Amino acid sequence: METLLAPVVYYVISGVLVAGVLVGLSLMSRASTARAGNAISAVCSVIAILVTMYNYRILSSAVIWISIAVGVILSLIFAAKVKMIQMPQVVALLNGFGGLSSALVAILSFSQTELLYLKELYDPSKYLFSAYVSEVALIIGFVTFTGSLVAAGKLHKVLPQKPVVIPGHTFISVALIVLTVVSAYLRAPIWITALLSALFGFIFAIRVGGADMPITISLLNSLSGVAGGIAGIAVGDLMLVAIGGIVGASGLLLTRIMCKAMNRKLSGIILGSRVKKPAADAQAPEKPAEEEKPAEEEKTSLTPGEILSQAQNVIIIPGYGMALAQAQSNVKALFDKLEEKGKTVKFAIHPVAGRMPGHMNVLLAEVDVPYDKLFEMDEINEEFKDTDAVVVIGASDVVNPAANTAEGTPIYGMPVLKAGDAKYVIVCNFDDKPGYAGVPNTLYKQKNTIMLLGDAKDTVSKLTGSF
Amino acid sequence: MMQYVLIGIFAVSAIVGYLIINNVPPLLHTPLMSGMNALSGITVLGALTVTAVALKHSSPVLSVIVGVVAIVLAMINVAGGFGITARMLKMFKKEGK
Repeated sequence: METLLAPVVYYVISGVLVAGVLVGLSLMSRASTARAGNAISAVCSVIAILVTMYNYRILSSAVIWISIAVGVILSLIFAAKVKMIQMPQVVALLNGFGGLSSALVAILSFSQTELLYLKELYDPSKYLFSAYVSEVALIIGFVTFTGSLVAAGKLHKVLPQKPVVIPGHTFISVALIVLTVVSAYLRAPIWITALLSALFGFIFAIRVGGADMPITISLLNSLSGVAGGIAGIAVGDLMLVAIGGIVGASGLLLTRIMCKAMNRKLSGIILGSRVKKPAADAQAPEKPAEEEKPAEEEKTSLTPGEILSQAQNVIIIPGYGMALAQAQSNVKALFDKLEEKGKTVKFAIHPVAGRMPGHMNVLLAEVDVPYDKLFEMDEINEEFKDTDAVVVIGASDVVNPAANTAEGTPIYGMPVLKAGDAKYVIVCNFDDKPGYAGVPNTLYKQKNTIMLLGDAKDTVSKLTGSF
Repeated sequence: MMQYVLIGIFAVSAIVGYLIINNVPPLLHTPLMSGMNALSGITVLGALTVTAVALKHSSPVLSVIVGVVAIVLAMINVAGGFGITARMLKMFKKEGK
């Protein structure tokens, strides 16, 4: 189709806008400049949309403007209402929308190219390339779409959060991949390829468990970009190609960080090698049993209140349990009181202390915890040994010292926060059962650990009132 | 020829993007991801292009409908993604502010 702008002009504009987005992203490297960065990216995107509309002579099309308005209005209502605890499912849902949109673009591009080809208006040497590129975009788009919907459903608790495994799951996954590729290669009717890839997305996501979600949604975030970038190759849009590449890379980077932090392999998540639960008696470092009672007596005789009044410096470790109990405000109150009493208070954030990368930081920012009090694991891990008191709130696996010692368990080798090195540890967890990984937490048994079991809202407020 | 250039651009922008995003601290990873939601919505450019073709060539109504759905979904990502990211970033405050 004829465009208004000469291709060279369009490429130059695209190049400038992509550079603008990259500047915006580089401003995301500091919290103080991130808002400006987001605004720059947004402005560049709006300009890109207007330039494309001008270029294809649709600036005066009512259909187009109405479609844009519907999307913008729906999303702005949504953006204003959504809660921070829901952020993982929101990101998952939007990953899915991005994937589906790119898949639909691929379908139209595919059928339009085919039409032109049949009318002998399309260069045959380019036709095959274009057709295959569209198929790839379609596959990735549909996998992202159904995978993301399932992930969002699990995170929103409308689907079971436990991994759902059907008989022959891995075989079915592999078979679906093969069938999808064959169907695309043979250029079977496009709905067959679409259906097969959508099925694979479903089968892949349904077996992912709640705690593996940070990896899954990072991966789907990446795929939503890749689908867009490849759709961009199919329609020949330079800006879409470049931005798709950037989004793909970003998601992949986060996926790698999450895999490392959780000690999981990406292939294991995709093809579903399950987290091996340690046999009840075999690898468990300590048997939780009645004979623990004497050990309890050796525990410190100080009350949590006394520990906190005496402490000079305190580190708070929040986990997803805090978010589940909606205890963020109570934790903020504890933080305020400790600071009021002149103590140095820091938060230690494990990379997977939420349901998506960086989730815990947002939850704490929401209740006005200053972000310069939030420290990443690597920044703070050496400080625990010089810390008077650690307060763990709703976290288990990420503070389990067994990760360093219990060979053969799922968490062995996983980097953890060295809470146990502190003088005293106060644990405000719902119960003392093992965390998601199923490995008993040896921290609970340490002499310097005091357990405050129950709803974190209550235990944390009581703790706040005790000194 | 152009198609191979585009593949090259895809690869280069992925590498440059990776290097830049590597500097984003874990503190901001959630806003980063919702920002990426917004950017993945830039597939609206493709949706606009194919819908424009469908409109101009009086293609079957179905093509236009598919195009419109693609535009709506992509715009939800663009506006929703940037909006949510802005809302989140507003919450990040330093002490004393």
